Amino acid sequence: MASASSSLLSKVPTSSANTISFSASLSPALPLFPSQFHLRRHRKTGNALRVQSKIREIFMPALSSTMTEGKIVSWIKSEGDLLSKGESVVVVESDKADMDVETFYDGILAAIVVPEGESAPVGAPIGLLAETEEEIAEAKAKAASAGGSSPAPAPAAAAAAPAVSPSPPATAASAPPPPPRPADGPRKTVATPSAKKLAKQHKVDISKVVGTGPFGRVTPGDIEAAAGIVSTKPNVAAPAVAAQSAPVAAPKVASAPSTPALPGSTVVPFTTMQSAVSKNMLESLSVPSFRVGYPITTDALDALYEKVKPKGVTMTALLAKAAAMALAQHPVVNASCKDGKSFTYNSNINIAVAVAINGGLITPVLQDADKLDLYLLSQKWRELVEKARAKQLQPNEYNSGTFTLSNLGMFGVDRFDAILPPGQGAIMAVGASKPTVIADKDGFFSVKNKMLVNVTADHRIVYGADLAAFLQTFSKIIENPESLTM
Amino acid sequence: MQASLSLSVSNPAAIPRSSHGFESSIPFPSKPVNLRFCGLRREALGFSSASSYPLSTSRSSRSIARSNKVSASLGGANGSSSAPKSFDYDLIIIGAGVGGHGAALHAVEKGLKTAIVEGDVVGGTCVNRGCVPSKALLAVSGRMRELQNEHHLKALGLQVSAAGYDRQGVADHANNLATKIRGNLTNSMKALGVDILTGFGAVLGPQKVKVGKDTVVTAKDIIIATGSVPFVPKGIEVDGKTVITSDHALKLEFVPDWIAIVGSGYIGLEFSDVYTALGSEVTFVEALDQLMPGFDPEIGKLAQRVLINPRKIDYHTGVFATKITPANNGKPVTIELIDAKTKEPKETLEVDAALIATGRAPFTNGLGLENINVATQRGFIPVDERMRVIDSNGDLVPHLFCIGDANGKMMLAHAASAQGISVVEQLTGRDHVLNHLSIPAACFTHPEISMVGLTEPQAREKAELEGFEVAVAKTSFKANTKALAENEGEGLAKLIYRPDNGEILGVHIFGLHAADLIHEASNAIALGTRIQDLKLAVHAHPTLSEVLDELFKSAKVNAHVGSSPVAEPVAV
Repeated sequence: MASASSSLLSKVPTSSANTISFSASLSPALPLFPSQFHLRRHRKTGNALRVQSKIREIFMPALSSTMTEGKIVSWIKSEGDLLSKGESVVVVESDKADMDVETFYDGILAAIVVPEGESAPVGAPIGLLAETEEEIAEAKAKAASAGGSSPAPAPAAAAAAPAVSPSPPATAASAPPPPPRPADGPRKTVATPSAKKLAKQHKVDISKVVGTGPFGRVTPGDIEAAAGIVSTKPNVAAPAVAAQSAPVAAPKVASAPSTPALPGSTVVPFTTMQSAVSKNMLESLSVPSFRVGYPITTDALDALYEKVKPKGVTMTALLAKAAAMALAQHPVVNASCKDGKSFTYNSNINIAVAVAINGGLITPVLQDADKLDLYLLSQKWRELVEKARAKQLQPNEYNSGTFTLSNLGMFGVDRFDAILPPGQGAIMAVGASKPTVIADKDGFFSVKNKMLVNVTADHRIVYGADLAAFLQTFSKIIENPESLTM
Repeated sequence: MQASLSLSVSNPAAIPRSSHGFESSIPFPSKPVNLRFCGLRREALGFSSASSYPLSTSRSSRSIARSNKVSASLGGANGSSSAPKSFDYDLIIIGAGVGGHGAALHAVEKGLKTAIVEGDVVGGTCVNRGCVPSKALLAVSGRMRELQNEHHLKALGLQVSAAGYDRQGVADHANNLATKIRGNLTNSMKALGVDILTGFGAVLGPQKVKVGKDTVVTAKDIIIATGSVPFVPKGIEVDGKTVITSDHALKLEFVPDWIAIVGSGYIGLEFSDVYTALGSEVTFVEALDQLMPGFDPEIGKLAQRVLINPRKIDYHTGVFATKITPANNGKPVTIELIDAKTKEPKETLEVDAALIATGRAPFTNGLGLENINVATQRGFIPVDERMRVIDSNGDLVPHLFCIGDANGKMMLAHAASAQGISVVEQLTGRDHVLNHLSIPAACFTHPEISMVGLTEPQAREKAELEGFEVAVAKTSFKANTKALAENEGEGLAKLIYRPDNGEILGVHIFGLHAADLIHEASNAIALGTRIQDLKLAVHAHPTLSEVLDELFKSAKVNAHVGSSPVAEPVAV
């Protein structure tokens, strides 16, 4: 029961294929009105305050993932009817189908807020449920007042819902009231049917869009521009026609966007994992990233590796531990930029390590890599790899990384750069460690093992100097690896 | 004859129920749109190879005189006993549309000497300005739609690069089809010896018809089959360019970016299918509270979900278009809307074009009905169930019949033809009453909609009155192998029936090739076949016809197989 108060949308249990229950609770604006929230709790604990606490609102349920508003096809019950839990009350038409909606509670249908044939956004109250007859009048009064202010509060409530995240208080403090519509009077916006549909879909306020079509009307293109969508116009036929009475229409189609496949080639659709990789890689294009490389001598690390190898420590664990320790000193490199407006400093240092597995790519995460010792880390890593092979990784074991490590050194690759995964601030690409002739500060040549690391970072939050300082710290740790074993 | 019947499923001949309401509230304009008489010259040339310019009554009277001679001798041979004098013809039909044509062919088959009078072009509305050219446009729009549906093509594994069209080419296809069918119709009548009299026909008196200016022809019986014209409510200015009726739209002289369609019945719906496939956006204006008012509500709702909502279409319901002004001086077409109930002004639309599809009005002006004391009702000629014309005293006018859109019983081309055949049956000694409930109708959108008999609300109302039980069975195209093979699983077939005796009251289909599927049901209704018998009929697998097979099998009839007597068809 208590869960009904949290979210309107997610708590819609499907009792049967064609019947959906709505969740009813006090008010759609619950998170905004703490006082009512308390009232409700009182009632729950038995202090039956005979206030409006027993009037529940019936909400427009979300009947499909794409549904944004629903139309009331018919009210099966009419005002004053007694309802018992599980009974169908109203038929709602979504973008997909008509469905009976049933009630969770016993009570009396006190008032119908949205009449038959009208639509309401998902989550908006469509009717009021009273527990006793005395409350009907009160519910009706409430419905009447609600009618005046239209379903405007509903979207506001939805917007306030994600305020659960423990983000700096400044951002979510108070959802500003919807800005008053620019009442610049009689100017009428004319929008084409398709433009109106697109505007609804992308939540664009048509009245704010400047129409570029004939007679200043708003065209679908205007809406797409306003919503920031690059139009992938799939060959609309009409323009070809507008061209004069050209008898041959065929050669006009010169703009074939994709090259045809060579004969005999095979097309293999992406697996789920490959689709996910593809999606992540595309997303990275929206992040302004830059790269900084750094040479590191590894003789000391190699010597340490030889020493701890028999104890089951892997090079991956060594590098992860080193990176984690360096990150602890440079938290900004462990941060991420989620909204383009703020830094999110992560409380944990979770090193994701890219692994090629079964023709795919996955990044098992060594959580709290800075806190675990080398041996535990190595053990953890073995477990993760086994799970990854068996496809048994839990989501938090591959998507909770705050920094990624990618190592192609074992193939002899001397340097490469990596693509920044979404949601992370930086990724490190590690090349092979190779014997190299090095001149020291006194001009003496020597041969030492040297590897090149290359870090790709999100320049919105990580700047060149940050990255350089981090790499310096990292190289110091690698060159003096005793601290790794502590 | 076969050909003419099968192609004649009418769209513009249909009058959506919304327009009934519309007409009754707005007086019928005194002068119907006068566009039909321009075809006289063409018809004269088509009629005979003799190039006689200028066109004069002397030529036509000559041709009449020639046929007079023939008929005189024939008439003498027949020695018609009932009539005091001899007639030029046994049967004369005014109007050579699909209705007149069907009647003429059947009359000849029954041995009647028959003439048909046409003031415009043979074929009438259906062939020249209705169902036939619109099917050509819809054939194009259906293919365009398929080629543009990337998702659908991909699911079939097809790769097609950008689909485009040439407007003139599409328009030519429609025009060529009309010309071809018109030629077929003309030839079929000529070959059978039906005299085609060119000129505007009017009833002069009992058994007497005037053709053209002053040629008088007599016939034992007369059938009026003058059809209908697009109905244009007052306040709407049709300029034929930006404010148009179906007559203009079928010529497809331009494809507007945005067109408003006034009326969401068959005609409006089909044109919305054509225009959206060709890249236009569409706004419906409907006087009633919901779109597609003539259809079974459930089918209408599903159709709206498939044919309206996902397409570039929006709509205004419960509004009248009181004033429509064509585009002029760089201004768009404006449409003034008022609330259908309160008559309050609501909104003014600005669009690139407006198509008036508010139904059709009977074409009965100038028919000389006053000569025989017949008064039209809102333009329709009153008839009884045998299509006999009723005069203003309520008496039957002897030897005068009216079929098709002009009587308004059922404004469909094939209904007109069926009525004509029914009349000829009566004239040749076999009493016949047409069961209108067995006449199917179809709307050729993609996918198609078809229906026969009663809608569910009509059936329930009738059941209430007559005290029987009504049941409904439904099947989905999603369960049909052939539909799934075509990747066109969207669709529903609905059967409304009496569970006590298995009588079919109505069948409604929305889905792939629905227009072709309906005939199993319409034939069953016409022949009085009961569901329990249909259940045993075999359908080829896998075919779309199995949708109906499933439908009949899913019906629960209490009566036993073959136990119910076949009922006589009921007249309406």
